[in-house]
Amino acid sequence: MRTKCFLLLLLVMPVAVFANPLIKEYKLDNGLKLVVQEDHRAPVVVSQVWYRAGSLDEVNGKTGVAHVLEHMMFKGTKKVPAGQFSRLIAAAGGKENAFTSTDYTCYFQQLEKSHLPLSFKLEADRMENLQLSEEEFSKEIKVVMEERRWRTDDKPQSQVNEAFQGVVYRAHPYSRPVIGFMNDLENMTVADAREWYHNWYAPNNATLVVVGDVKADDVYQLAKQYFGKIKPKALPERKPQVEPVQLGERRVVVKAPAKLPYLLMGYHVPPVVNPESDWEPYALEVLAGVLSGNPAARLNQTLVRDTQLAIDVDAGYDLLARGRQSLFSLDGTPSEGKTVLELEQALIEQVEKIKKTGVSQQELDRVKAGVIAADVYQRDSMFYQGMQLGTIETIGFSWKMLEDYPNKLRAVTAEQVQAVAKKYLHQDNLTIATLDPQPIAPNAKPQGKPHVH
Amino acid sequence: MNLQYIKRIVASGFLMISTAAMFAATSVQAAVKIEQWQTSAGSAVYFVENHDLPILDLSVNFAAGSARDTLEKSGVASITRYLMTLGAAGMSDEAIANKFADVGAVLGGSFDADRAALSLRTLSSERERLQALNVFTQILQKPDFPDAVLAREKARIISGLQESATQPESISTKAFMSALYGTHPYSLDDSGEIDTVAAIKPDDLRAFYQQFYGAKGAVIAIIGDVTREQAQQIAESLSTGLPASSAPAPIAAVTAPGQAKEQRIAHPASQSHILLGYTGIKRNDPDLFPLYVGNYILGGGGFVSRLTEEVREKRGLVYSVYSYFMPMAEAGPFQIGLQTKKDQAEAALVLVRETLEKFLKNGVTEAELKAAKANIIGGFPMRIDSNKKILDYLSVIGFYKLPLNYLDGYNKNVESVTAAQIKDAFNRRLQTQNFVTVIVGDPNAQ
Repeated sequence: MRTKCFLLLLLVMPVAVFANPLIKEYKLDNGLKLVVQEDHRAPVVVSQVWYRAGSLDEVNGKTGVAHVLEHMMFKGTKKVPAGQFSRLIAAAGGKENAFTSTDYTCYFQQLEKSHLPLSFKLEADRMENLQLSEEEFSKEIKVVMEERRWRTDDKPQSQVNEAFQGVVYRAHPYSRPVIGFMNDLENMTVADAREWYHNWYAPNNATLVVVGDVKADDVYQLAKQYFGKIKPKALPERKPQVEPVQLGERRVVVKAPAKLPYLLMGYHVPPVVNPESDWEPYALEVLAGVLSGNPAARLNQTLVRDTQLAIDVDAGYDLLARGRQSLFSLDGTPSEGKTVLELEQALIEQVEKIKKTGVSQQELDRVKAGVIAADVYQRDSMFYQGMQLGTIETIGFSWKMLEDYPNKLRAVTAEQVQAVAKKYLHQDNLTIATLDPQPIAPNAKPQGKPHVH
Repeated sequence: MNLQYIKRIVASGFLMISTAAMFAATSVQAAVKIEQWQTSAGSAVYFVENHDLPILDLSVNFAAGSARDTLEKSGVASITRYLMTLGAAGMSDEAIANKFADVGAVLGGSFDADRAALSLRTLSSERERLQALNVFTQILQKPDFPDAVLAREKARIISGLQESATQPESISTKAFMSALYGTHPYSLDDSGEIDTVAAIKPDDLRAFYQQFYGAKGAVIAIIGDVTREQAQQIAESLSTGLPASSAPAPIAAVTAPGQAKEQRIAHPASQSHILLGYTGIKRNDPDLFPLYVGNYILGGGGFVSRLTEEVREKRGLVYSVYSYFMPMAEAGPFQIGLQTKKDQAEAALVLVRETLEKFLKNGVTEAELKAAKANIIGGFPMRIDSNKKILDYLSVIGFYKLPLNYLDGYNKNVESVTAAQIKDAFNRRLQTQNFVTVIVGDPNAQ
């Protein structure tokens, strides 16, 4: 067993000196990692269990199983029957929920600090003793299908996102929706959920994150007490999955009931792979900030305010991805009377402008000021800080990346921003999805007033 | 990373947020020390000094929500608040955004039927704080409402309204509020209507601003890394340059629906979106505590509510089903909501009605009551565990004129709620024979 202690160094910031968070990292003998951040501002605690299992690890025909299992995790163990998990947390005044992404599945509770043992007891129990019954599965799979209808099937922009992912990735599992295809949900069985649980739910595939008014060493003792006896498992082999290089522009159109069209464009770009040496991801992050970091950033100022070509535009990039694939995205909605093609051309023009003339020092400084401030603001939310720690650890890096992040961004130069734009934002590396809005009913009135019976 | 899929959405959202700060546990009553005073121009200030983080948060709240709109000029209230941030004291929208961005400050705000608020989060260090406060003050005191900006934003808002008119969630909300409130201003859409927005002129906004953004009646909430003296100066200078109009008159009383209304609206979506409900309660309503605790049991307590148990857990009919009372200056709505695939919509609606009727007929059990109180009271520390949450709490206390020691009384009131009171209050307040029901994605329409 190794016990490590790291104190975050004072960040070099032009602000008053204040207490920096104490973060400690531990590892149990069974492989469970524990990261604790002490925050004594309020007598509460956030407890999160992160499993390194998300849609990234799914296979064709069983899409959505990671998320279905997440739902099933509330369906009972021998000691804690279906529904009791939530009742016990509620009785302690707590809030709890869970979420699944491409990269992980996370379960969390927010409690008054004295109730942390309850959280550990319940999470440890369902880490190894989940009872996956046919009966509970048959009800819950219907709930998940309703969730898919609500989130994706009836939301035009979600449909565009799903189609986009399917085209921008051809081989990589990021091509598949986290919620799963309806066909796969319809054909999923409790055996699929069991297989998933037995494959991935193990202490050596999980990170426990605790943020709150606690003492780190006490939390470690508590974690050993509740999680220490759970046996590790041999995890399935994870094959490297690399998206082949894109050899030319790709396009996809979605038709759905809506009034406004929508445009989503994405370029393949790298996420962080080597936290020590990578600089491109940070340059891409600054580029996204220069394009849409605030309402007066280039895209909004030029396309929404000045030329009024669009009613909304955005740029996005995520530098953390366990699948080691990322995208630089541009999206927006054209104004009345303008087309998605006009908007596409205008967005590309903005990209070309940066490739040609770069970004100003003032723009760079503005993005960096935002990053420095956000680094302070995030400390107001224990939950968010836990999210960051858990995400980074689950993706396979050390939480210490957080401490370097502001400095890494500060080190980005205008030349680097221009360089990544030139290297990645070119037509052969571009995928474009558009929404072609369809009338909601043949007799719908022009202003979209619903037909009332 | 890509989109996240969450086990369930927070069902009781509105009520939980808007009453967030009202439930105290004895152990934390001293955790938030609120200081309160008036500025010389007549604004009420609620301040919490906290130096844990080098952050200053503040919000300025006005009785300038959509309930101040008229049917003819629906949308003026929300556009006034929005346009204030897009041109002030000769600064363009671009200049304003850049000045905030240069110091990492974040301009925010909120808007509902009762209240319009502008908020600011900034680093508390002097350079950042002073620049952010300076721009924020200009926005509050010298909005320009430029012609060209209004024209541009109207076009964007109208596009948004046209899009909303095609989406089942917004169609159902709009139809529900309209059927429930009739001609009362709570029926008005926050964003206005396509034709009323099109007709708005800068002078409409100027007149609205002069009338409803006065110093008298404004509530300034401040929390963070400043001293009481600094907070006093900040509040004084925010308040002094506001219009000298008198505090707005109360909003008209709400009349409960006198007969049942059911609206079925065709839509090609795969799910039906169902809303049903009735007029609910005011902020200072004597039934607030029994209804709040009772609703936790009915459909407010997320996973452990009866509606979730019956409709989702036992039968898998929905992803989300909820109920809430939204207490407002006048009677806000009581609403039950759910979405389910069309061919089971009728069955789900019958089940929801049965669950409500049973709740009204038999009331709650002692065990349910005990569990509800345990959660509401035990959950208090999480409601005030960040500056952001406390800021919201100060704003609500100030805006609805709840006493500073309201928490203590509130806590006792929650604890003292009985099963009999819940049954009595629900039966008196919810006339199910006069409920409003809206179904968008009518299963019987083609």
